[in-house]
Amino acid sequence: MGQTADLSVDVTQRLDAAPQPFVVAPSFDVALPPGAIVVLFGPSGAGKTTILRQLAGLERPDRGVIRAGGATWCDVGRGVWVPPQQRRVGLVLQQPSLFPHISVRGNIFYGRRASGGADAQELSRLLGSLGVDAWLDRRPRTLSGGEAQRVALARALAHAPQIALLDEPFASLDTPTRTRLRGDVRQLLRRTGTPAVFVTHDRAEAMALGDRIVVVLAGRVRQVGGVADVFSRPIDADVAAALGVEAVLAARVVAASGGVLTIAVGGRTIHVAEREPLDVGTNVFACIRAEDVTIEMRSPAHASARNHLAARVASITTEGVFDRVTLDCGFTLDALITHQSREELGLVPGAEVAAAIKATAVHLVPLA
Amino acid sequence: MDWDALWLSVRLAAATTTILLAIGIPLAYWIVFSPRRWKILVEAVVALPLVLPPTVLGFYVLVAIGPNSPVGRLYARLVGHGLPFTFEGLLVASVLYSLPFAVQPFSAEFAAVDRRLLEVSWTLGLSRAATFVRVVLPLSVRGLVTGIVLSFAHTLGEFGVVLMVGGNLPGATRTVSISIYDAVQSLDYAAAARTSFVLLVISFVILTATYSLQRSAWVKLRT
Repeated sequence: MGQTADLSVDVTQRLDAAPQPFVVAPSFDVALPPGAIVVLFGPSGAGKTTILRQLAGLERPDRGVIRAGGATWCDVGRGVWVPPQQRRVGLVLQQPSLFPHISVRGNIFYGRRASGGADAQELSRLLGSLGVDAWLDRRPRTLSGGEAQRVALARALAHAPQIALLDEPFASLDTPTRTRLRGDVRQLLRRTGTPAVFVTHDRAEAMALGDRIVVVLAGRVRQVGGVADVFSRPIDADVAAALGVEAVLAARVVAASGGVLTIAVGGRTIHVAEREPLDVGTNVFACIRAEDVTIEMRSPAHASARNHLAARVASITTEGVFDRVTLDCGFTLDALITHQSREELGLVPGAEVAAAIKATAVHLVPLA
Repeated sequence: MDWDALWLSVRLAAATTTILLAIGIPLAYWIVFSPRRWKILVEAVVALPLVLPPTVLGFYVLVAIGPNSPVGRLYARLVGHGLPFTFEGLLVASVLYSLPFAVQPFSAEFAAVDRRLLEVSWTLGLSRAATFVRVVLPLSVRGLVTGIVLSFAHTLGEFGVVLMVGGNLPGATRTVSISIYDAVQSLDYAAAARTSFVLLVISFVILTATYSLQRSAWVKLRT
């Protein structure tokens, strides 16, 4: 991965924040192909925003190097520092932060005089796809939260940034607006070929948008990888706790009827209670908690029973009063059971069993 | 009614306010945005005229611009006469005396501008100076107007500093407040009353006009 990295960060910065100093020292390499979204994921206060500000040139690391797209933005040892004005980043914050004294048009065209930006045709497509072209003469004050955030996105993308830097841009919006905007942003970044770094503490958002995910804990990067990889195989207990204890499986909706969706996962199908309508063909992540997976001895009756998957026990590890049984059923699935159940079932690695999952225990996150 | 004195005061106030705009805006900008720790000292020095008696300030200015100081001697050599008891000398003293009335409203308003707006502007390619002109200044109209009016009104009404530095030369340093004092000293209460009333009306009109203008400017900006 390191040799083709388009974004390479290895810096240290001490912040004199109350109540005690905090060190943000991210170190990661990640590819940024056109339209790709890298999610910086972690709990609140982990330092995600500071990392984004370091990328934008708004925070100055005490030491280290930041390289992006072949250019060195920061190399403290060699005295290299590119100011935010010359990094060509498109910054969108949780608050729209529109200039209140100028119109929507003035806001969108604000940076273009200084930095050039998208050509007229591309710009009008951009405004159309974000739906902001109808509000150009309005004042920022008259916009709703979702509208203002669309204008902020248009302003950031209108100057054709090399990288879009998005800091929880949807966090203060209501759920329907957020979901719609998520899809629009994904499409827009793809169409314009703009790579993005996206900060969020929201798991569903990280799964829906992330091509790569960078897990940030206590000011440090703990894991980098694809969404399914990182969620399914956290490298240690801290990361697992931050990510939540669920199997996250890449899946696809193959049928929908009577409030039940059928999803295909690793050559198997699982029935899922439909919480929100999803079209057949939608790519999703299926999240299944280990507590919701039960293990039964395999019998002929199971072959036709719903959500009973033939499985082989891959490994068993003890976690306190529970045993974590890792099953191979075409994909990897964990079940958390008591020692007692394990003994009653006589489970050992290699045993042939059936994994049962309740249709209501599977949570689906559609990809944006 | 001493119209000469009033005209002199208005000229002095206008000149003082113009100079304060020119040096107050950069000074306020530096105080708000500089990372230097010792800017606190500069802030304190700027605020000194608020607490010092005008006579103390006037005394130091008089000494500083007098014929025994290097500044005073240099000025005398360049211009041909000394600064004390001239309009220019009065102007120097007035600028110092009204400095906090301009710088404090300016800096308070600059500091109130949402920092995120500045950062977004920088990432959009605008320099710090351009960002200041296009974002900070327009959003600080209220503080700028307040500073201008306070400086003007404060200079119009100053007395102690004028007496120390300017003396009482008709047409050169005899301002309206000195004129009123003189009239009272010579028991010409009628003249003192007329001049006082004119000054009262002018001050009241200026302040009323400012506050109404400020409100509409404010409303226009924020809505």
